[in-house]
Amino acid sequence: MTSLVPKGNAPVVRSFSTLPGKVLRTSGNPIPNAVEYAMASATSTSTALLSRNETAPEAVVVRFAGDSGDGMQLTGGQFTLSTALAGNDLATFPDFPAEIRAPQGTLFGVSAFQINFGSSDITTAGDAPDILIAMNPAALKTNVNELKAGGLIIADTGEFNDRNLAKAKYEANPLEDDSLARWQVLAFDISALTLESVKPFGLGNKEALRCKNMWTLGLALWLFDRDRQPIVDWLHAKFAKAPEIAQANIAALNAGHAYGETAELAVPVKQLHLAPAPAPEGLYRTVTGAESISLGLVAGAQLASLPMFFGGYPITPASAILHHLSRLKEYGVTTFQAEDEIAAVASAIGASYAGSLGVTSSSGPGIALKGEAIGLAIMTELPLIIVNSQRGGPSTGLPTKTEQSDLYQAVYGRNGDAPMPVIAARSPADAFDCAIEACRIAIEYMTPVMLLTDGYIANAAEPWRVPDMASYAPFKAAFLDHVPEGGLKPYARDEKLARPWIKPGTPDLMHRIGGIEKEVNTGHINYAPANHQAMTELRRDKVLGIAKGLKQAVEIGAESGKLAVVGWGSTFGPIHQAVRRARRKGLDVAHIHIRHVWPLPENLGDLLKGYEQILVPEMNTGQLKTVLRDQYLVDAKPLNKISGQPFRIAEIEAAIEGMLG
Amino acid sequence: MNDITTLAGPRVETTLKDWETDQEVRWCPGCGDYAILKAVQRTLPMIGADPANTVFVSGIGCSSRFPYYVESYGFHTIHGRAPAVATGVKLANPALDVWIVTGDGDGLSIGGNHTMHILRRNLDCQILLFNNEIYGLTKGQYSPTSREGTRSPSTPFGSVDHPAKPAAFALGSGARFIARAYDVAKQLPDVLKAAHAHKGAAFVEIFQNCIVYNKDVFGEFAEKKNADDGQLWLEHGKPMLFGNMKAGGTRGIALDRDALMLKVVDVVDGDWEAAGVLVHDVANRSLAHMLVEMPFGPFPMALGVLYDDPVISFEQSVVAQNEQLARNKTPDLQKLVSAGQTWTVTRDGPEL
Repeated sequence: MTSLVPKGNAPVVRSFSTLPGKVLRTSGNPIPNAVEYAMASATSTSTALLSRNETAPEAVVVRFAGDSGDGMQLTGGQFTLSTALAGNDLATFPDFPAEIRAPQGTLFGVSAFQINFGSSDITTAGDAPDILIAMNPAALKTNVNELKAGGLIIADTGEFNDRNLAKAKYEANPLEDDSLARWQVLAFDISALTLESVKPFGLGNKEALRCKNMWTLGLALWLFDRDRQPIVDWLHAKFAKAPEIAQANIAALNAGHAYGETAELAVPVKQLHLAPAPAPEGLYRTVTGAESISLGLVAGAQLASLPMFFGGYPITPASAILHHLSRLKEYGVTTFQAEDEIAAVASAIGASYAGSLGVTSSSGPGIALKGEAIGLAIMTELPLIIVNSQRGGPSTGLPTKTEQSDLYQAVYGRNGDAPMPVIAARSPADAFDCAIEACRIAIEYMTPVMLLTDGYIANAAEPWRVPDMASYAPFKAAFLDHVPEGGLKPYARDEKLARPWIKPGTPDLMHRIGGIEKEVNTGHINYAPANHQAMTELRRDKVLGIAKGLKQAVEIGAESGKLAVVGWGSTFGPIHQAVRRARRKGLDVAHIHIRHVWPLPENLGDLLKGYEQILVPEMNTGQLKTVLRDQYLVDAKPLNKISGQPFRIAEIEAAIEGMLG
Repeated sequence: MNDITTLAGPRVETTLKDWETDQEVRWCPGCGDYAILKAVQRTLPMIGADPANTVFVSGIGCSSRFPYYVESYGFHTIHGRAPAVATGVKLANPALDVWIVTGDGDGLSIGGNHTMHILRRNLDCQILLFNNEIYGLTKGQYSPTSREGTRSPSTPFGSVDHPAKPAAFALGSGARFIARAYDVAKQLPDVLKAAHAHKGAAFVEIFQNCIVYNKDVFGEFAEKKNADDGQLWLEHGKPMLFGNMKAGGTRGIALDRDALMLKVVDVVDGDWEAAGVLVHDVANRSLAHMLVEMPFGPFPMALGVLYDDPVISFEQSVVAQNEQLARNKTPDLQKLVSAGQTWTVTRDGPEL
């Protein structure tokens, strides 16, 4: 079948096949924890869009892809907001190149934003997209193969010129041959339509074309029956200083919407309305991981009644935390952009020493640089939070891609026996509670704590039920302010084995600390063999003591059985979905998700030994697997993905079936 | 000239003894560090320092053991990072009086980056850089300030790299206070007092005699017999004279106006004005550039306060901005977590 893309603005729509999609139904799953509802129950995303039967899909995956200068992340962000406001549950996956402005039109310059949303609980950004919006040939080429069979391609013919086709290494225009036969194509000249719609505002050609993303967003809003007003408000605010740009963008947005409404799209395309997802009552907002970590750190410092000092150094994908915190000065937050990663952590240690809650943040390469100073915080037993937004490694690795390969670094990556608690967030919303938990442990145990997230969590957005801050128990930091009975002992221990926190400036408590081995109790320099043995054991026991009272729960399934799928961090979503699907097929499988990576909850060993098999899916070559084997002598089997992309549900589902088949 | 000087806290009466700890001092017998420690312990009572409000922060090296011997708060950190730790201390509590003790390896090699940035930012603190032109604690390797040709375990045939000039490095980094002294100089407490009086980062290079690995390397000016010809003690508003100071100085520093460089001139019968001897102006940055580059040998060693011209300090600016931005805002955690575009889910579904 051949058809030509007509000149001008008339749409061409081709439909090739009946759609093979199936719709899986959710079970009305009770919500175990209201705050974490967004991650706590699951549904299928295996739906086909635009199926000819009248049943509306429950979830749809849309991917916006364009040149890195096309504003795809912005478009995706605004579409996310409108989706959340429509009451759909959602998860997103921004996927962008490391280059700020890669050469236009090239394959490696493609920036994409995927969103999975629907009328039931969503925990992953979705496997394959149902709709691909391709702003140029390179975006089509790099993304189309992931589109579901029968899915819809919306393409801007205005960008499918010889030059761009050559840059994307297309020998022929894919819109004009049969190469896209597996999908439906809706191709029209978005560029020309945008130019037309912004004509009254007298912008230059380049600036006018920048409104293309808003035109496309308008069409997408129409397609999913969304309110444009929040986007209009946002544009007014964003371009408050350049009202003509705001007006042009709004005109483009309206034109895209109107185009959907009035153009005769003689296709299976029709307006879709996804019913709101059932969710606990309450106030909601969308939140990215970087935002929720920042908020959680502020909340943690406030619960401890401490000022916060944040020492940071720019690094992808961690910088957003520094950006957020630098605007929260009224919460007693001081941010310091240091000269390097080492100064960032060292200044945070200095601030903790002086009585603030010291926080630093980075990604793997920066964490490596901080290693020696983290050892100093362990030795001087000062509270410190180190946030590691993991990315693909080693070395510079994949700065904008996600990976969870810093578990060894977090648990083991320092010289000497240097125990440190490690907590991992499972999702953007969960990162809030994890940050508070990290603050609590750091202060109560006088220890540095590493909080692991990853590029996926940091950048992804999800709806978040705004927590009631009054429901969090405070953990007010206590400073020693007088000479205790028996004299000053800076390394005396409380019942948690924590030493006292003594601020410089306190009369009569002058003392010296440092990185040299300390004498038990006094903290004086002491190299004696028995003393080093005692202090090493004290540091170890203090951190291991955190596990007391940590109970590992089972997310879904029984507390023993044929198979436990054990995960940590951002693999929560796909593991959860995969286990749910497998259980629906009648397989005996449970999902265990570990938040406290170190020390591990005290019942975890016994729990794991209740299963015949253990599967550990990780975005690394098997790091948690090694820890579990080492700690419990269990035969944990790895499932690894190191492509810089999150797991697909189907990949984990297949592994489960493989082990139980 | 130092009109924004403020003491960190109220004046406290102490004696030298009050600043001694119960810890055994473990430097080599005869080490120049002993003299510097005493000078500091002598200075602290003079400036009315409060032990509870004083923090000594150090890195790694012989000099960095210093905090253990001063009865105040002390933090012996890691190699090169004292300025970074001190920055956190001072930002967390600007009322603390922060002293950094470092060496030529700690402050200019592994920690050179932090030294540059603390000076650029102008954190209010005193930075005492003990320069002995050698790595002592690691047993005698050449350092970034070692002179070309220095033979050491790591350079058995002589070092070939050009040494760093600490004072020139500091000035180039944006320092607003630069002074020099040597370990046993009787003027050292005065130099330390001036450093403390300067609000902002005060950089003091102290030549220190490592009697084990680099003995008497500064003898050409620091030894008593060489003091007259080898030392130029700078004082604000006073002519730059040296050589038989008992007789009022027989030589002086003048400006060669054609070559735009300093020169040594003879002073006859004390008439330094006729000889064109310069009058020291601590606030003259151009002059400071010439003084930090003035080579020892053809010239005497410039000692005392080379440059002192305060500007607002880093922590003052940070606090001012924090306060300004927090003014009239009530921190409300519930409001903060509820920020942005929100919607409410009710029994009937979501609404804006």
